Amino acid sequence: MSTIAEKKSLTDQFLNLYRDRADEISANSAPLLNTHRDFAVKRLGQLGFPVKGSEEYRYADIESVFRNDLEKQFGENKVSIDIRDIFHCDVPDLDTNLLLLVNGRYYNDGQLIKELPGGIIAGSLAEASRKYPDIIEKHYNNYAIGSKDGLVALNTAFAQDGIFIYVPKGVKVEKPVQVVNIMISDNDLMAQHRNLFIAEKDSEMKIVVCDHSLSAQRFLTNSVNEVYTAEGAQVSLTRIQNEHNGSAQITHSFSHQETRSRLSASTISLHGGFIRNNLFVTLNGEHAENQSTGLYLSDKGQYIDNFVHIDHASANCFSNQLYKGVLDDYASGSFTGRILVRRDAQKTNAYQSNNNILLTDDAKMYSHPQLEIYADDVKCSHGSTMGQLDESALFYLRSRGINHRESRLLLMFAFAHEVIQNIKVPALQERIDDLVNKRLRGELSRCNNCAMQCG
Amino acid sequence: MQKEQDQILGDLTSGEYKYGFYTDIEQDSIARGLSEDVIRMISAKKNEPEFMMEFRLKAYRHWLTMKMPLWAHLNIPEIDYQDKIYYSAPKQKAKLTSLDEVDPDLLETFNKLGIPLEEQKHLSGVAVDAVMDSVSVKTTFKETLAERGIIFCSFSEAVREYPDLIKKYMGSVVPYTDNYFAALNSAVFSDGSFCYIPKGVRCPMELSTYFRINAANTGQFERTLIVAEDNSYVSYMEGCTAPMRDENQLHAAIVEIVAMESAEVKYATVQNWYPGNKEGKGGVYNFVTKRGICKGDNSKISWTQVETGSAITWKYPSCILRGKNTTGEFYSVAVTNNHQQADTGTKMIHIGENSKSIIVSKGISAGVSNNSYRGLVKVLPGAQNARNFSQCDSLLLGDKCGAHTFPYIESGNQSAIIEHEATTSKIGEDQIFYCNQRGIATEDAIGLIINGYAKEVLNKLPMEFAVEAQKLLQISLEGSVG
Amino acid sequence: MLVIKDLVASIEGLKILKGVSLEVKAGEVHAIMGPNGSGKSTLASILAGRDLFSVDSGSIMYNGENLLDKSPEERAKEGLFLGFQYPIEIPGVSMVNFMKTAINEMRKHRGEKPLSASEFLKKMREKKELVEIDSSLTNRSVNEGFSGGEKKKNEIFQMAMLEPKLAILDETDSGLDIDALKVVARGVNNLKSPDSATIVITHYQRLLDYIVPDFVHILYRGRIVRSGGKELAVLLEEKGYELIRQGEVNL
Repeated sequence: MSTIAEKKSLTDQFLNLYRDRADEISANSAPLLNTHRDFAVKRLGQLGFPVKGSEEYRYADIESVFRNDLEKQFGENKVSIDIRDIFHCDVPDLDTNLLLLVNGRYYNDGQLIKELPGGIIAGSLAEASRKYPDIIEKHYNNYAIGSKDGLVALNTAFAQDGIFIYVPKGVKVEKPVQVVNIMISDNDLMAQHRNLFIAEKDSEMKIVVCDHSLSAQRFLTNSVNEVYTAEGAQVSLTRIQNEHNGSAQITHSFSHQETRSRLSASTISLHGGFIRNNLFVTLNGEHAENQSTGLYLSDKGQYIDNFVHIDHASANCFSNQLYKGVLDDYASGSFTGRILVRRDAQKTNAYQSNNNILLTDDAKMYSHPQLEIYADDVKCSHGSTMGQLDESALFYLRSRGINHRESRLLLMFAFAHEVIQNIKVPALQERIDDLVNKRLRGELSRCNNCAMQCG
Repeated sequence: MQKEQDQILGDLTSGEYKYGFYTDIEQDSIARGLSEDVIRMISAKKNEPEFMMEFRLKAYRHWLTMKMPLWAHLNIPEIDYQDKIYYSAPKQKAKLTSLDEVDPDLLETFNKLGIPLEEQKHLSGVAVDAVMDSVSVKTTFKETLAERGIIFCSFSEAVREYPDLIKKYMGSVVPYTDNYFAALNSAVFSDGSFCYIPKGVRCPMELSTYFRINAANTGQFERTLIVAEDNSYVSYMEGCTAPMRDENQLHAAIVEIVAMESAEVKYATVQNWYPGNKEGKGGVYNFVTKRGICKGDNSKISWTQVETGSAITWKYPSCILRGKNTTGEFYSVAVTNNHQQADTGTKMIHIGENSKSIIVSKGISAGVSNNSYRGLVKVLPGAQNARNFSQCDSLLLGDKCGAHTFPYIESGNQSAIIEHEATTSKIGEDQIFYCNQRGIATEDAIGLIINGYAKEVLNKLPMEFAVEAQKLLQISLEGSVG
Repeated sequence: MLVIKDLVASIEGLKILKGVSLEVKAGEVHAIMGPNGSGKSTLASILAGRDLFSVDSGSIMYNGENLLDKSPEERAKEGLFLGFQYPIEIPGVSMVNFMKTAINEMRKHRGEKPLSASEFLKKMREKKELVEIDSSLTNRSVNEGFSGGEKKKNEIFQMAMLEPKLAILDETDSGLDIDALKVVARGVNNLKSPDSATIVITHYQRLLDYIVPDFVHILYRGRIVRSGGKELAVLLEEKGYELIRQGEVNL
């Protein structure tokens, strides 16, 4: 009975917070974003917070990460130092257009909206909603609104800013846009940002999102990303999660894909105390293709949870999920992948695979791949494995003179590389290979500029 | 060609339910409704000892605090538990000369179902306990089995004759607190079979229970308990049918299996409850809790099921692999047609070292039915070198049905290896054409392919059942392939 | 036996056969050759009754009856056999069960009693020897896990079992090594009789060294552009398909 009371209080806590500070929240955001808040608050009231043990949050204890007394900032960033002084992305040869997000708000380096070389428009979402109201009105909250997750409504109610990236019709840009999402504060802090990425017809772009924490405080982020890929558009989206172990991160990503569009999303979770990634993909036009991959390497008490839902709403589409993880120490993790093939989505090809290696008896992994299929002319399969390294492969390597430890590392690296090779930005692929390699060897895998000694 | 295929599929899946007849026999029934008084009345009618009635009442009180589970991928209409009859027994005519004699009307009923109860007429290798509505009608070959120390009798008889064994094992695998339907069954269960295989005995014949729902508005709540002592072996089969009725009948059973050291128990079910008509009217709601425990080292429990009947099936025969080197197996073919819904699968709980489990599930959906596999594989930290392999295939016949797979895999041991594979497909047109080209008509080709698809499971059934199951598959799908 | 007149056929609106005429009499062996995409396999599929293709015009008469009116299994029961270019795998269905069903269907069609289990097994043994098929193959599921060569041999084995009147072998030689090729050819030759006919569809002349055709037809872009005796195949081998490309001009 006590859990119900607490759940209520957590929901009530945020409903009260909204009531008390609605004016401040709105004043520091933009009118178009504000129009969604009242409905979202109502929805939060109906849905409440996810409960551990429910079908969607079977193993993730969301309430526990909200329990800390975290500061919520609704005004300007209080960070006084120049972020650029302390943060440099040091991935060698990674040539990107950089955008910074600090504590959930766009970091203003003089330009709120920029036209990047090649024709991509990017910058603050709040500012974009003033400058391009038609675009924002059409897409903002259009893909997330149907969510039955109270945390999405929570974000819509409170999010004030985030990153807006727009690639116009027919524009193809090779150089990735990099979003670095930084948490830095003197107090324990919660932030909720909102990103909107739009790729118009036949356009191409690459986006890299990196999550970092630059101070030792406890952080919680609850973010929503909406991604729209129009007919024939091609988007590659890589997310690298590398926050310290005192941080918790909940991400919700809603991707809407039209005819012939291609979206390739990789989520690499290297560090972070508590990570929950929700990924919803709707294949809304024929011949759309989705590739969603993930890699999680966890140790100590980390918890990493990936929840993927692919909705085949149209015929002739293709989707593939590949999620792999290595769990060490007493880390735990969960993977849930659902393929939904709707009645008329004939000729669907959908695949799903989740492979896990547990390195200790204290590590725990839950895998829950699901197929829900209502069309008969489809090819769907899923596979899930848990286990150790392949003994015969291990023996083969050792018989060639490679020592036991090295052989294991080689095999683990090969295991992880299958996911990494899907990253469409070569310099980043190399860097992540390197990070993973170091991570598996137990050497620090944080980006060099990170001030944190994780763990 | 496509049209013709649809036509044949239509014909194939519109097959009639063969066991839908009703035996007009006088019934001794109690009034509708459920209360502590009703439970006392059931207990009294069965002349049960005190402990049994206490067990029932405890279960009932617990049931009142529970809610019906809603997590399954099923659309269950609200069930009015006060509108059901909880005890109904066919009245046997009084002029019987010996206790072993059975009313000719009942004999005829079971003959019609293909289960002759006269021992000389019966397949020599099978002993049968025939249960109609709430009571066991007759158990065959009791004496033959008794010679080896095997106890095979109705559950009611066991409660009276072997109370110590019942007290020791009843509820030890499925406690009455386990789930909503288990609690309900524990409160009102009517009859069922009890089977005890002593140390070192290999049961010389197949044991089987045949369940028949006959009376209207009656819930059937049977309970089966199998105890296999060290180094023993038994193969058990269960079959079931019900008349065609417009209202839904309720069936909530419990099966418990205890396997001691190096014992092996095989449990096969051919479930053919009335599935309802083509429009989805009527049919049995089948909520069953089946669980076995491999208590001793090196023991083995194997579940095989062919599920073709029932309007709604909610059933997860499971194994608790407690001992070292234990083995759990689950082989299932589940067919849904017309408006049937099935949410079925298994749980394999690995506790002991070197425990192994294998899951092979073949779902076939036709008509506008929904067929889900739901299974849990859980490895506890102490289960060193646990192994599981799961293969779940779904076959869709027609484009209005659904096939779903919901495995839950939880590993807490680094040395465990768990593999799960699932595929969903339809019968390939090229496969049908290939058969056509060799002179095999489309209908037969579909039959061949479906039986080929389900073969891995059918092979696990005892001979007598395998043939029946194969026919049943074809009948269940008559009129459905598309 | 088989008379094809001006056959025009297409798939999803794309014309594949653009007027094919061909007559096959009992006792004859015909070879149809042609480069990839010329329509050889389409022709074979249409003869067997695959509904992927639509026949737009023209006619096919088989033993004086309209073949196009018949279902694939009727055609099979009346002695038409297609050796598939890519034999289909049917998991779980044993070869024994498959062949027994097929044979008894055909016997039923002819008004004969079904074969008893022992008669069937005897026949199976005989034919296995004839086509030199590994006996373990027939204990497995239809084509499941067979190598390419095993699948092709299995087609010839089934042909031997079913004793067709008109056998159409669609690229049965592709992917076979020389030994397997010889086995296949020997199988076909052994089954030859005065009241049956064979159509061999092939890309290469190689097979025709072992199965000697009475007639050779070259199918090119949906038409038979040249017909002749077995020497045509030799000529084709020497000059390659260049021959027909020139031939196209001076037909």
